Amino acid sequence: MIPLSYYIGLSAILFTIGVVGVLTLRNAIVIFMSIELMLNSVNLSLIAFSAYSGNPAGQILVFFVIAVAAAESAVGLAIIIALFRNRLTVNIDEVNVLKW
Amino acid sequence: MNFELIVFLVLAAAAIASAILMITRKNPVTSALYLVFNFFIIAVLYLFLRAQFIAIIQITVYAGAIMVLFLFVIMLLNLGDDKLLKWKLNSGKSIAALLAIALLVEILYFVMNFTSTSELSPKADSMGTVEAIGKVLYSSYLFPFEITSILLLAAIVGAIFLAKKKFE
Repeated sequence: MIPLSYYIGLSAILFTIGVVGVLTLRNAIVIFMSIELMLNSVNLSLIAFSAYSGNPAGQILVFFVIAVAAAESAVGLAIIIALFRNRLTVNIDEVNVLKW
Repeated sequence: MNFELIVFLVLAAAAIASAILMITRKNPVTSALYLVFNFFIIAVLYLFLRAQFIAIIQITVYAGAIMVLFLFVIMLLNLGDDKLLKWKLNSGKSIAALLAIALLVEILYFVMNFTSTSELSPKADSMGTVEAIGKVLYSSYLFPFEITSILLLAAIVGAIFLAKKKFE
């Protein structure tokens, strides 16, 4: 059988790859995909904890996370379309009006 | 080493490789396809954990609906290989990446230290079916479920409003 810590370790590695993507990439769409990757890695750890402890609440929470991710990606992609329409770029280094 | 563990390690390696390839590709379409591959592997891991319903909605909602939306936007905006969007590290971003790796080390340190079981709960086999999830979702979690419908409605209205040509 597979130890629970292997799932949590895999989840941590995928989450970190997502964090590195969000912090270092410049294409707004790929940054969005990195956020999806982070949400997915958290879902994996929730399902693992749920299966090893026998509590269905983890799977219900994953269901809600997927619903929220769908809403979030729809709104986020609409924001990217509006950004591209106004600035003709999705490079976040050029979108720096609010930058300190 | 038993068979299940070997399959798990192969899938884990493929998931990590596809995630790294996703954030290092120049072309966003390639990135999106690697992410779809990653979602499929995670769906198989959900099946390992006896979460059949979540595995199916992972494929239909994530790999099906959300990633198609992403590909649709990439093709709508006609983002190809853009030199300006290439992966470039400056000092601030290197520090950010190092901090992220420190986060990983920290999490892995705690994970390796906790006493972990390697046996699934005996209830796990009957817990992830559509019937079991439905019973819990429509009884104990009925109110959050209804709130989700309001959230999705707000997202639909917000997405249409934001993507409209002119604010009136």
